[in-house]
Amino acid sequence: MLKISNLTVSVGKKTIVDDFSYNFEKGKIYAIMGPNGSGKSTLAFSIIGHPTYKLASKSKIMLDGKNITKLETHKRVKQGVFLTFQSPQELTGVSVYQLLRVAKDGVKDIIKMFAEVKKLAQELHISEDLLTRGLNQSASGGERKKLEVLQAIILDKKVIIFDEIDTGIDVDSLRTITKVLNKYKKDKTFILITHYNRVLKYLKPDKVLVLINGKLKKSGGHKLADLIEKQGYKNFKDNGK
Amino acid sequence: MANKKNLNFKQKYGFSMPKSYLFRAKKGLNKQIVESISKMKNEPSWMLDFRLKSLEIFYKKTMPTWGADLSKINFDDIYYYIKPVESQAKSWADLPSEIKDTYDRLGIPKAEKDYLSGVNAQYDSEVVYESVNKHLEKLGVIFCDMDTALKKYSKIVKEYFGTLIPAHDNKFAALNSAVWSGGSFVYVPKGIKVKMPLQAYFRINSDKFGQFERTLIIAEEGSDVHYVEGCTAPVYSSSSLHAAVVEIFVKKKAKVRYTTVQNWSSNVYNLVTKRAKAEEDAVMEWVDCNIGSCVTMKYPSIYLNGKRARGEVLSMAYAAKGQHQDAGAKIFHFAQDTTSRIISKSISRDGGRTSYRGLVQVRPGAKKSTVFVSCDALILDEKSRSDTYPTMLVKESDTHIQHEATVEKLGEDKLFYMMSRGLSRYESESMLVNGFIEPITKEIPLEYSVEMNRLIRLEMTGSVG
Repeated sequence: MLKISNLTVSVGKKTIVDDFSYNFEKGKIYAIMGPNGSGKSTLAFSIIGHPTYKLASKSKIMLDGKNITKLETHKRVKQGVFLTFQSPQELTGVSVYQLLRVAKDGVKDIIKMFAEVKKLAQELHISEDLLTRGLNQSASGGERKKLEVLQAIILDKKVIIFDEIDTGIDVDSLRTITKVLNKYKKDKTFILITHYNRVLKYLKPDKVLVLINGKLKKSGGHKLADLIEKQGYKNFKDNGK
Repeated sequence: MANKKNLNFKQKYGFSMPKSYLFRAKKGLNKQIVESISKMKNEPSWMLDFRLKSLEIFYKKTMPTWGADLSKINFDDIYYYIKPVESQAKSWADLPSEIKDTYDRLGIPKAEKDYLSGVNAQYDSEVVYESVNKHLEKLGVIFCDMDTALKKYSKIVKEYFGTLIPAHDNKFAALNSAVWSGGSFVYVPKGIKVKMPLQAYFRINSDKFGQFERTLIIAEEGSDVHYVEGCTAPVYSSSSLHAAVVEIFVKKKAKVRYTTVQNWSSNVYNLVTKRAKAEEDAVMEWVDCNIGSCVTMKYPSIYLNGKRARGEVLSMAYAAKGQHQDAGAKIFHFAQDTTSRIISKSISRDGGRTSYRGLVQVRPGAKKSTVFVSCDALILDEKSRSDTYPTMLVKESDTHIQHEATVEKLGEDKLFYMMSRGLSRYESESMLVNGFIEPITKEIPLEYSVEMNRLIRLEMTGSVG
C-alpha cells in the first residue's frame, strides 16, 4: 500500500532519516518506535511532503502503485495518505466543519457528512462546542488528539499515520481513541509513531519497527514492543555502532 | 497572474455601460459649477449659500498630510456633477433597460427581489430607482434620496444638515458640502423599530467622476434602524474620487447600526467623513468593511453625548497591491457611564498597506466610562505592511480603559497543517483570512458576508493562480 524505498531526508547538512525502506501493507497496523530525535516525526512529515525536508534523489514513496514522491502535500493527501499531528495547529475562526467541508472537496451530501462528524464526535466524547469554534482553539491536549482522529476517519484515507497520538492524554482518552480506531481499522493501513508501549496494548500492531538515528534497526512482532518497554533502546543503539 | 485577476474582476465588476446623460458639468470646480448644480436641482437658496460657503472653505483648507498619500488627486480633472436620466423612476419596471442591465450584472435584482421595495439604488450621482416600502410609509419612516428629502422635508433637513459635520471639518467634507449629490435620507419617528435593514447600492459608473453623496439619518427617541450600504464599482484607468459625508443623529434610547461593504475599483480615492451623535442610553454601531479603492481614509466617529450612551465601531480593511487602507475609528466620551468598543481587523498582502488609526477621547467629567480597543493585523507576505496609530486622550481618572493589539503573519506551519488535510495552499490562505475576519463578517447581513467571503477568495486567486 505504502512502499518507501531508500528514503534519505536531510535538513541543511544534517541527515535525519537514513536510507529507510519498507513496504506497509493494506489492512495492517504498524508501530514505529524509537528514542527522541531518532527521525520518526521527520519520516512522517516526509511522507506527506513537508517543504522543510529535502529528500535525496534515490528516495521514492509509492502509494497504492502511484509515485507520490514529488507531489505537493495536498495532492498526496488526495491520493490517500493522512497524518495526525503531534502538535496540531490552532485555526482562528475556522471550525472543523468548515475545514472538512473544503477538504472533502466534491462530497455530494454535506448534511450527511456533518451528521457523520457529529456521530463520530459523540463516539470520541468531543463536545459539540469544540466542533463549532475555531479548530483546536482553547482545546486541551487530549481534545486536540481526538479532533485529529475525527478528521482522519472522516477524510477516510487508505494510509493513516498517527504521530504520537498517545502523548499528552489521559488513560480514558487513550481508551476512547483506540476503541474508535479499532472500529474503523478495517482495510486501512495504520502507522503508529510512539515512544511507549502503552497505546499498543489497546491497538495491537502487526509489526513493530525500531528507528534509531534515522535508520531502520529492527522489525518484529508486537513482542518487540514489550522488549523495548523492559530494556529501552540501549541495546539497539549498541548494536548499531 | 495579473490577467487572471483582471478577468475575474472584469467579469463581475469591470464593465461600463454606455453612458447617456441628460447633463454633465464641465470638468473642474468653480463657483459656476456649484451654482449650476444647485440650479439643476431647484434647490432652496439656503442650500446654494451653504454650497458656496463650503466651496470657499474647500479652497482655504489644506490637504491632510498626516495619513495616506493623496498627492495624485487632481481636483481639476474631475466631473463634479452628472445627471444620468430625466427623473426618478417609480418602479423597477420603469428603469431604463441599460440601468437594469447594470444591476442585473451585479447580481442584485434576482437575489434581492423581495428586498427591492426597500432598496434605494444609486446610479451615478442621481438616485434613479427608489420605491419606498409601503410598510415603511405606514410606520412613518422616511427613506428617500437626499435630493428628494431637500424638496419634500426641507425643514427637517435644514435643522440637521451639516450640523454634525460642518464644511470646515476637513477639506473633503468641504468639497462634499459644495458639490454633494444623491445619498440617502432616513428619518425614523419616535419608538419605531424598523425590522428590515434599509439598503442602498452605490456605483460610480463614469470615468473621472467623483461621487459626493450625502447621507443623513435621524433616529428619534426609542427607535431602531439598520442601514446597509454596499458598494461595487467598475474598473477604470484614471482616478476617481469618492468623498461622501454621513451624519447620524441617535436620540435618547434609540439604536442605529450603519453597515458598509465597500469595494471600489482600484483607482478610486475613498475619502469619507462619517459621524454619529449618541444621546442618553442611545446605541450607535458602525460596521465598516473596506476591500477596494487605491486609498481609503475613513474613521467613523461617535460622539457619546448622553449618559450611558454606547458606541461601537467594527472595522475591517483589506489591502492588496497598490492599495492603502487607512481606516479606524474616533470616539469621544462626553458623558458619564458611556461605553465604547472598537474592533479593527486588517489584512495586507502582495505589497498592500493597512493602517489602523484610532482616536479615543475621554473628556473631563465622563466618569465611569469604559473603553475597549482591539486591533489585529494579518500580514500575508514580506512585501506587505501594517501600521497602528492608536491615540487615547483620557482626561478623567475614573475610567476603565483596555487596549489590545496583535500583528500576525500567516504562518507556514498553519498553512502546512491545512494542506495536510487536503486543501491547496490558496484554499488554506483564503480560509484563514476569512477566519480572521469572522468576528466582523458575522455581524453583517448574510448576503453581504457571503459576498465578502467570495470577494476575498477572488482577490486571493490573483497572486496564487
